[in-house]
Amino acid sequence: MADLTAARPGIEDIRQHYIAHTQRKRLYGGILLAVFVALMAAGFRTANARNAGSFADGFTRIFDYPAEVLAEAAEKAAQLPGHLVDFFPALVETLNIAAASTLVGAVFGTLLSLMATHGMAPWPALIPLFRRVSDVCRAIPEIVIALMLIFVLGGGPVPAMIAIAIHTAGALGKLFSEVNENASLKPVEGLTSVGATWAQRMTLGVIPQVGPNYISYALLRFEINIRASAILGFVGAGGIGYELKNAMSWGQGRYDEAAAIFLLLFVTIVAVDQLSGLLRDHLTHGAKA
Amino acid sequence: MTTFDTTLTPADLKSDISRLFRKKRLMNFALPAAVLAYLAYVFVAFDMAGLWERASLDNARTLVSDSYSYKTHVTRDNRSGEVTVAIEGERKGAYPDGMAPDWVALGETTVIDLENGHSVTFGSEAIEYAIPGYGTVRAAPNRSAGVQAELPPGEVPEWISVSKNRLAVTTKAGRLTVTRNRAEVFRYFAGWELFFFTLDSPYYGLGAGELLQRAAAGEGVAIFREFWTNKMWRHQDVAWAIAETLLMAFLGTIGAGIIALPLAFAATRNFMPLRSIRFAMRRLFDFVRGVDSLIWTVVLARAFGPGPLTGALAILVTDTGTFGKIFSEALENVDQKQIEGVASTGAKPVQRYRFGVIPQITPVLLSQLLYFLESNTRSATIIGAITGGGIGLLLTQAIITQKDWEEVAYYITLIILMVMLMDWFSGWLRRRLIKGEGGKAKRRPRRPEEGGAFLLP
Repeated sequence: MADLTAARPGIEDIRQHYIAHTQRKRLYGGILLAVFVALMAAGFRTANARNAGSFADGFTRIFDYPAEVLAEAAEKAAQLPGHLVDFFPALVETLNIAAASTLVGAVFGTLLSLMATHGMAPWPALIPLFRRVSDVCRAIPEIVIALMLIFVLGGGPVPAMIAIAIHTAGALGKLFSEVNENASLKPVEGLTSVGATWAQRMTLGVIPQVGPNYISYALLRFEINIRASAILGFVGAGGIGYELKNAMSWGQGRYDEAAAIFLLLFVTIVAVDQLSGLLRDHLTHGAKA
Repeated sequence: MTTFDTTLTPADLKSDISRLFRKKRLMNFALPAAVLAYLAYVFVAFDMAGLWERASLDNARTLVSDSYSYKTHVTRDNRSGEVTVAIEGERKGAYPDGMAPDWVALGETTVIDLENGHSVTFGSEAIEYAIPGYGTVRAAPNRSAGVQAELPPGEVPEWISVSKNRLAVTTKAGRLTVTRNRAEVFRYFAGWELFFFTLDSPYYGLGAGELLQRAAAGEGVAIFREFWTNKMWRHQDVAWAIAETLLMAFLGTIGAGIIALPLAFAATRNFMPLRSIRFAMRRLFDFVRGVDSLIWTVVLARAFGPGPLTGALAILVTDTGTFGKIFSEALENVDQKQIEGVASTGAKPVQRYRFGVIPQITPVLLSQLLYFLESNTRSATIIGAITGGGIGLLLTQAIITQKDWEEVAYYITLIILMVMLMDWFSGWLRRRLIKGEGGKAKRRPRRPEEGGAFLLP
């Protein structure tokens, strides 16, 4: 509480306080900025020193490879449609990996999120456990699980699918449980009062409330998972990434194939981005109306 | 609000409602059915049925058991009669001449105790393995006659494989292989052996208490150096690899933010009056985002060679597009009143941006940067595996050898800890920096139209 009996501070006092405060704030800001710039510079120097080629050398050569690829692709432009058809099955495989892992991940993510939300969890005591499970699932990079599963199951789409699904389950589990927190518990209570089981309470009381948000998050994950499955293909899990690696390791003479794959991947990602953006817009605005 | 049309007859209303119900019912069945049909198609397309045949359970068993245990090889060269003991059979883990663990008695005849009554004897003429409950397996390797194995009478059990040139016995206690040139015994132990010090280190086998005492006596630096330069587990290299991965994520994310912010101004309706530049900027962001990080990584790896810089640049380029999009959306939503207020005090354009615009978008900017810093730690692991840098490279190398599963387990543990730590750190920083969001106040849900964590890879 302010002491009302004390003399009020003069304007000059307030002014000095204000100036001192501002100066201190500027000083801290300046120090922080200096530390930050120093960190960036030191980091860049370290990265540059530990890299095979230096930044200055490589910078001029960034466009050499794309130029070579494009030049060769332009030379063999007639074969491009053929290559596009050839690599289409690989693209479908990549898309299938992404879609299947998103579906499986969304199912497990839904379960994880319901188990980890107060008021919905069937075993409230285990809520922290399920939270940690989804944290760990989210923290594991896909490549770790994919490489280990490739050793056990052999190469192919399944290891990539499982690896991406695990990560998706963790990531969606977290996002879904944030959605759940805001769902009304009244329908659940109503269903409880008429003797509904846990599964009935969830499917009839919770899912209709959170459905649009769930689907919107899952669509976003699908976009991300397409990129992830392309990358995993590169380390041996099949799909378009694997074809790209092969085309690249052939080196010059096969750059037209690499160009075809680049094109397929680019068009797919842009198309899916746009489509899912439209769908998500529709979902969220439809839900609000 | 729904308004009721009073002119409708009950029959019309009923048919309307039944149509609605039919539609809903159909949807309720059609959607799960479509998902199931798709999954069935994927099941066939991925050849899940054939997966089980291709799966190697042996590999799975090796992977699991190797990740928490190690084996010590006792090898006898049958020509010279020399016996060597080495952990994991590696030169780096070999015991010095004349030294052996206490379950191996070196001498004219070497006796290897495998516990529970199992014991192997390397004699000068023959190798014997005494198996309780079965008998003694004897083999006399010979340059000309191959491996002459003598088994106890009766049928040969399935855990012994015997041929003219090779004898292999696998029991729970260990494994014995005899060929013409050498005899080898594996004994399995739990744990990660030599994790702290290798056998040639003076500190090998000392307890924690004694190490602390020695450290207090002034040997601390030497002890740490022995640990740091451990040839088996390479702690120094691993620490550098983790640092490289974090560096890639840090440089990439922050660099992308710094580049994207000014570009984002050029892509907004309210700050860029020129339509053509705005359009070009937006298409540039879309293009950079659309060219997947895989393609950027591949292209940049050609120019810069393997290493952390390449990874950092790959992250930087990919995220510049994403940040550009998020930032420009945030900039389009800024409140014009604050800028007008600042302008009314006679502020110049730079000051108007600094005090009128930047404070409004700082929360979005910072929280996005921190979200991406966390998720890019994970991406940096993967990009490192492709370009060849950081912990991702170590991990792929260890997996490719297909035998250092204990190292793989170690790296995976480190990666998970690293990512969780970054997750916690970025969350903590976000709460500290963006006031109002932290504390007890419950967070509002992020809705898609707010940007939020929506483009998070």
